[in-house]
Amino acid sequence: MVANIRDKAAIVGVANTAFSKDSGVSELSLAVQAIKGACDDAGIHPREIDGFATFTLDTNDEIEVARALGCGDLTFWGRSHYGGGAATGSLHQAVMAVATGMAECVAVFRALNGRSGHRYSQGVSGELLTADAIHWGWYTPYGLLTPASWTAMITQRWMHRTGVTKEAMFEVARCTREYAVSNPNAFFHGQPLDRDTYFNARMIADPLQLFDCCQESDGGSAIIVTTPQRARDLKQPVVTVKGVAQASAQGQEQMTSFYRDEISDVSEHRIAAGDCYEMSGLRPSDIDAAVIYDAFTPNVLLQLEAWDFCKFGEAGDFVLDGNLRPDGRLPTNTHGGQLSEAYIHGVNGLVEATRLVRGQSVNQPGKQVDHALVTSGVGIPTGGAILGKLD
Amino acid sequence: MTPEEQKAFEDRIYAYVGVKVCERTAAKDAVNPAMIRHWAEAMGDTNPAYTDETWAANSRRGKTIAPPAMMYAWNQEGFTVTRGRASDPQTDMVELFNEYGFTGVLGTNVTQEYFKEVSPGDTLYLEMEIDSISERKATARGIGYFFETLATFSDQNGEKVGTQRFRVLKFIPQEQPTAATGDDKLEVPTRIPSPRGHDNGWWWQAVDEGKLLIQRCKRCQVLRHPPRPMCGECQSLEWDSIESGMEGEVISYTCLRHPAIPGYPKDPVCAVIKLAEGTNLVANIVGCDYDDVFIGMKLKGRIEQVDEKTTLPQFYPA
Ligand SMILES: [Zn+2]
Repeated sequence: MVANIRDKAAIVGVANTAFSKDSGVSELSLAVQAIKGACDDAGIHPREIDGFATFTLDTNDEIEVARALGCGDLTFWGRSHYGGGAATGSLHQAVMAVATGMAECVAVFRALNGRSGHRYSQGVSGELLTADAIHWGWYTPYGLLTPASWTAMITQRWMHRTGVTKEAMFEVARCTREYAVSNPNAFFHGQPLDRDTYFNARMIADPLQLFDCCQESDGGSAIIVTTPQRARDLKQPVVTVKGVAQASAQGQEQMTSFYRDEISDVSEHRIAAGDCYEMSGLRPSDIDAAVIYDAFTPNVLLQLEAWDFCKFGEAGDFVLDGNLRPDGRLPTNTHGGQLSEAYIHGVNGLVEATRLVRGQSVNQPGKQVDHALVTSGVGIPTGGAILGKLD
Repeated sequence: MTPEEQKAFEDRIYAYVGVKVCERTAAKDAVNPAMIRHWAEAMGDTNPAYTDETWAANSRRGKTIAPPAMMYAWNQEGFTVTRGRASDPQTDMVELFNEYGFTGVLGTNVTQEYFKEVSPGDTLYLEMEIDSISERKATARGIGYFFETLATFSDQNGEKVGTQRFRVLKFIPQEQPTAATGDDKLEVPTRIPSPRGHDNGWWWQAVDEGKLLIQRCKRCQVLRHPPRPMCGECQSLEWDSIESGMEGEVISYTCLRHPAIPGYPKDPVCAVIKLAEGTNLVANIVGCDYDDVFIGMKLKGRIEQVDEKTTLPQFYPA
């Protein structure tokens, strides 16, 4: 029995800042720009926000954000841990607060100078004095230092088990890039990816080459979550949360769950999928479009299997049949994803999934989108959410 | 030096950035088995790919190759250098440093990158330029500048074989030089160690002493790795450990190609290894090429000192 939150919270405003490689402003500035943009999109004043949800990784304290935005009293703030695993995790916090009445209007945000400031691709350093330093110590001495190297380990195993080749990863990279080509806010706007460029790019950590990896970006993204009753009076078509789940599976580590019986199953995504489908009363066949967390191309393939769009071992054929494309079964990462729009830790994905249900994506599929899936990171404690039109 | 003098000096020095030290020039000798044998003997490198023609004829390549690290040897000037070196932009620049008192010289590091193998009969061509000069640095050796040359090697068909970056510190020697041990900036970097706490310190201590241990629950005897304070099976806090025989099998593997991290060998191969005892361990695979590693490969491990400060389990093809 899962929690009953279906249609108890609605997303009424969404916004991204401009994305860049050097914002020239503080992360606080990016955060408040994104939230103000989401308020404008919803037609509300920042004073109406009474709660915040973000990532433990975010550097912007809620009270700083509140003062800068000119908010009034707050009754809720909550953070979600584990990097990109917090993308739908922060939505999960907001939905719980709104559904229980702890807050009425929660801004979910993530803002980072991910290229000009702290760069995740530089890996974990020996100067970390956090509680998980000991965890990373099992990997750093050997050179297993970067997100790409941890993901590569899982990917190599999964390719061995399924026989899926890099052709499928190329299709994910190429198709995602095609969407970015027509998105003016995407870093790769107007720049398609051809086969030679993809296959000749430098190796990062075998089997991951450069274009299997997302970018590093400066930018902010935010969404406003409130009650469906209130949502009806606001500017935009109402998009509600049909299901939202967090999941950490047995033997879970951050990016390095290397001690499970099978290291390439992404069991945490299977748990989140089961819970989201049960909460929403929906099935994979009801999902019309998706924003699938793509820090690396294989992330998308493993999740297609975990979220039951195809059977284990079939994700390669699923994407090579063109199913992620605009006219395919499941148009995916229509904003250009983190591979090609910007890496905002998946919160730009919440923005895009909401736009897909509203019918406002820059690459809106021709078919009707009643339900869109959005997911969080792979290899970490994670989650997902299903958004839909208010019944 | 006044700020004005420094500015004038730096203007002259920085003018050398990007200047060609030598145009593309052929090595005096083609790649040949005799020089390869001398080099391999001096290095103690017994790899048959370099010197054993019969072995090499049956290998993937079908012929012997020159050791890649030998790349720079082919274009060395040879004995004539003892009678003085013809001037070139690099010697001019060094002279300019000397004039201003930066007489100290210290080669700090060399980085080679290889793109193509060469075999006896090939001829190596070298071209070189001054690639960069740092801003003024205060090092423990004294005030100075790092400059880096970039040598590019190609074969007779113009195909790129490799590059070599050579970094040199030109500095004003201090009157009372600090002891080299206090010299952080020039210390050779080592691998990033694990911090050691209550729950893992004993494990790393054992590695330092040459043993790979696996934690074991005293009550239910279940093994666990990485170490943690409580048994997940029976919740006992009592534990001891067994010593692993360091035999195992590859579950998955990767090679960290980019970014290169100071203190690490280039392209380290890392693997999740299932030990014969049943627990998994992450460690390096060494002693074979990345291309020869596969899932299911049998391994045999040893505890080895891998740099000045680091001792680690390292696994070899069994
Ligand atoms: Zn026990």
